[in-house]
Amino acid sequence: MVKFTEKERSTIRAIWEKVNIDEVGPDALARVLIVYPWTERYFGTFGDIFTASAVLNNDKVRAHGKVVLKALDEAVKNVDNIKKTYAYLSRLHYEVFHVDPDNFRLLADCITIAIACKVKSALDPQVQATWKKFLSAVVDAMNSQYY
Amino acid sequence: MVEWSDFERATIQDIFGKMDYDDVGPAALSRCLVVYPWTQRYFGGFGNLYNAAAIASNPMVAAHGKVVLRGLDRAVRNMDDIKGTYAELSVLHSEKLHVDPDNFKLLADCLTIVVAARMGKDFTGEVQAAFQKFLAVVVSSLGRQYH
Repeated sequence: MVKFTEKERSTIRAIWEKVNIDEVGPDALARVLIVYPWTERYFGTFGDIFTASAVLNNDKVRAHGKVVLKALDEAVKNVDNIKKTYAYLSRLHYEVFHVDPDNFRLLADCITIAIACKVKSALDPQVQATWKKFLSAVVDAMNSQYY
Repeated sequence: MVEWSDFERATIQDIFGKMDYDDVGPAALSRCLVVYPWTQRYFGGFGNLYNAAAIASNPMVAAHGKVVLRGLDRAVRNMDDIKGTYAELSVLHSEKLHVDPDNFKLLADCLTIVVAARMGKDFTGEVQAAFQKFLAVVVSSLGRQYH
């Protein structure tokens, strides 16, 4: 099980407090679709997501970005039990959505970049290291129900 | 050979043209040493790297950060032959410095975060895609002469 020190917990909470889910969620998901275009295959019902400007103006992308970041909030609130918190989501992405688990890492990278753009120097090296540790635990948990 | 769109060329020239290499180089390298601490093994002669504060104020880290960014500048100025431009550097890193080529990606990721934090909302998804493509070519070229 991943262990977080008290300092790491407060770092994660402090960064998360600066994150506006309604802003960073859509930004991060849009980045994934633009930077890693093969991910478009998972969003067949979203309409036009085939150019950057289409992605940025797509309401379903925006809505889904918020859903994804709201789910990350669960991990922030349950830092000691991320695996259990995400078991259902992992199973869902594996059995229903058939998402290649490599994509969780790509989304994690885009979330970090979206946060870097927003909070800038607040994401200093030590904070980035802690945040990455947290997201690695999240990505692991999302992988956990895959066989 | 790598093909660059007009947007990608212009984006890369714009980002690096406006960049302060003496600021971004040290920031990226020190971030790498903090976020991926095993990379410290390559800098045994650099003195005190015991914590983030020591790394941030280490003059050898700062100096070397500038060297790395100036090396990257050569790829910026030779985008149509990054492979050829970096052939010697690749041999150097492989045969003399014995750097695990996975580490090039880690440094590239840290550079991306530094640039994202400096550019804020100007680091859009499209800009991110162009920047990451450029760094992927750089990383691949640096890894080419390894056997």
